[in-house]
Amino acid sequence: MATRSEELMTDATTQGDVDRELAIRVRGLRKSFGDVHALDGVDLDAAPGTVLGLLGPNGAGKTTAVRVMATLLKPDGGEVCVAGLDAVHEATALRERIGLAGQYAAIDENLTGLENLVMVGRLYGMSRARATLRGRELLERFDLTEAADRPAKTYSGGMRRRLDLGAALVAKPPVLFLDEPTTGLDPRSRLDLWTTIEELVAEGTTVLLTTQYLDEADRLADTIAVIDHGRVIANGTPDELKDRVGGERLEVRVCAREQAPVAARALAPTADEQPLVDGDTVTVGVRGRNGVIVEAVRRLDEAGVEVDDITLRRPTLDDVFLALTGRVAEAPGDDDEVAA
Amino acid sequence: MSRLVTDTLVVAERNLVRITRAPDLLLAFTVQPVMFVLLFVYVFGGAIVIPPTYEGYTEFLLPGIIVQNIAFGGFVTALGLNEDLHKGLIDRFRSLPMARAAVLAGRTLADIATNTLSVVVLLLTGVIIGFSFDASIVEVVGGLGLLLLFGYAFSWVFALLGLMVSSPEAANSLGFIAVFPLTFISSAFVPVESMPAALQWFAEINPFTIVVDAMRALWVGQPAGNSVWGAVAWALVIIAVFAPLAVSRYRRAAGH
Repeated sequence: MATRSEELMTDATTQGDVDRELAIRVRGLRKSFGDVHALDGVDLDAAPGTVLGLLGPNGAGKTTAVRVMATLLKPDGGEVCVAGLDAVHEATALRERIGLAGQYAAIDENLTGLENLVMVGRLYGMSRARATLRGRELLERFDLTEAADRPAKTYSGGMRRRLDLGAALVAKPPVLFLDEPTTGLDPRSRLDLWTTIEELVAEGTTVLLTTQYLDEADRLADTIAVIDHGRVIANGTPDELKDRVGGERLEVRVCAREQAPVAARALAPTADEQPLVDGDTVTVGVRGRNGVIVEAVRRLDEAGVEVDDITLRRPTLDDVFLALTGRVAEAPGDDDEVAA
Repeated sequence: MSRLVTDTLVVAERNLVRITRAPDLLLAFTVQPVMFVLLFVYVFGGAIVIPPTYEGYTEFLLPGIIVQNIAFGGFVTALGLNEDLHKGLIDRFRSLPMARAAVLAGRTLADIATNTLSVVVLLLTGVIIGFSFDASIVEVVGGLGLLLLFGYAFSWVFALLGLMVSSPEAANSLGFIAVFPLTFISSAFVPVESMPAALQWFAEINPFTIVVDAMRALWVGQPAGNSVWGAVAWALVIIAVFAPLAVSRYRRAAGH
């Protein structure tokens, strides 16, 4: 980031070269559906071989942004450049260089794993023989060789998602769009998929990832852009974002849910900002660590609040999300994003 | 252009392979129409007065019911496309560097295969219950060609429907509401002359009547009038209108 801004100041032409080298470069992207401004001037950058995490509440515009970058949706305005190609004017050429995998495993359940991959390969223009070879390679990589000749409807959720990712990788695309790739997966399958994504990035693939799981973004993303109401409201590395939220978080779980607001009032004087109440848990941002817990316990005791658990911790991306959007990151699948 | 052909064939192959994996769909193409033929011939047949130029109700009914059946063949396209839309497959196809019309062209092409199968099953049923052609080989083959062309045209109507509605269930009921009355208010099941005046007026301009009359001319030696060319023209007009509409809808289609 620092080098880029230096170049911007010293030499305008170098800046142009840097931009062309970016795997994803979006400027002023706008898209409306009727009166709804799904995207209202979005800027995004991703350097080659990095993961850009797109975070935001449901309906913030994440999926719309992905759909525009993946050539599925025409923007109303702005520039969208992916893998060095313009997503509107060079859409056909761009489709050769991107892979898309979403939260709905986009596979034909009545075809076998191999048939699915061969179909996609042939639609990329490969011969049947080459598509079959590539299909077997991918099945091997995703540990699906044994299931290769079974209809995909017999696959588990994790297997389907791996097959879907395999389909997105058929043409070895330099840029990969993953729209909530682990939503609905069990923890084991999520970990497997994370490892795979890390391997792809190590091989040089650029990944744009949208996710509802902030721990996923924390682990995978090199840079994060937080979107809300169709605008990027913050971006940076996960650590930079956490630093922006500031100090430690004090988390208090009360024994009785109805006492949570009482606890929040009692803790308010010690806090940097308004305490947040979520069910039986109260979270407050505090300055420094010394004496914070003792002070909190004293105040809670005076207010007559029974405490079940009290901890002091570093801010997580959840805190970042809350501080930036004023909302708790919603549980995935609560309600579908406006998709177009 | 060659890309369109190869991509279309890849998609058509996919759709035919999946039919063999979900044989329940095949039942809809084979058993159900046979059931209708038997119901009409043996339950209603005796009560329907047909023109004396026909040997019996079976001869009158069979061309009609085959036309009705082939029009509904496109349902596979409507249901399949709608399913693909919801499962995100259309998004995947649209993110691939494939020909834009190939997903729909492949679907409708696959319908020709299933339509052929259902025509053969209905013809065999007809022959078993006493139907026989009163036609030359050329007329028989010409009739088959016309049927498949008309079925292909309706596949494009159903393609548009499948891309527009919110669920396969909606495609099912809307398709029925739109096409069922069209097939019944025609000469397919009863002579048009037996209907009330208003229905008669509609039945006479109904493309189904024109196609059914053309089939009767080709297969069982009834007077043709302009019905054969009229039927071909109708099929071509339907394709010319609905294929571009469906493709344009596909380009803007959004999954889930």
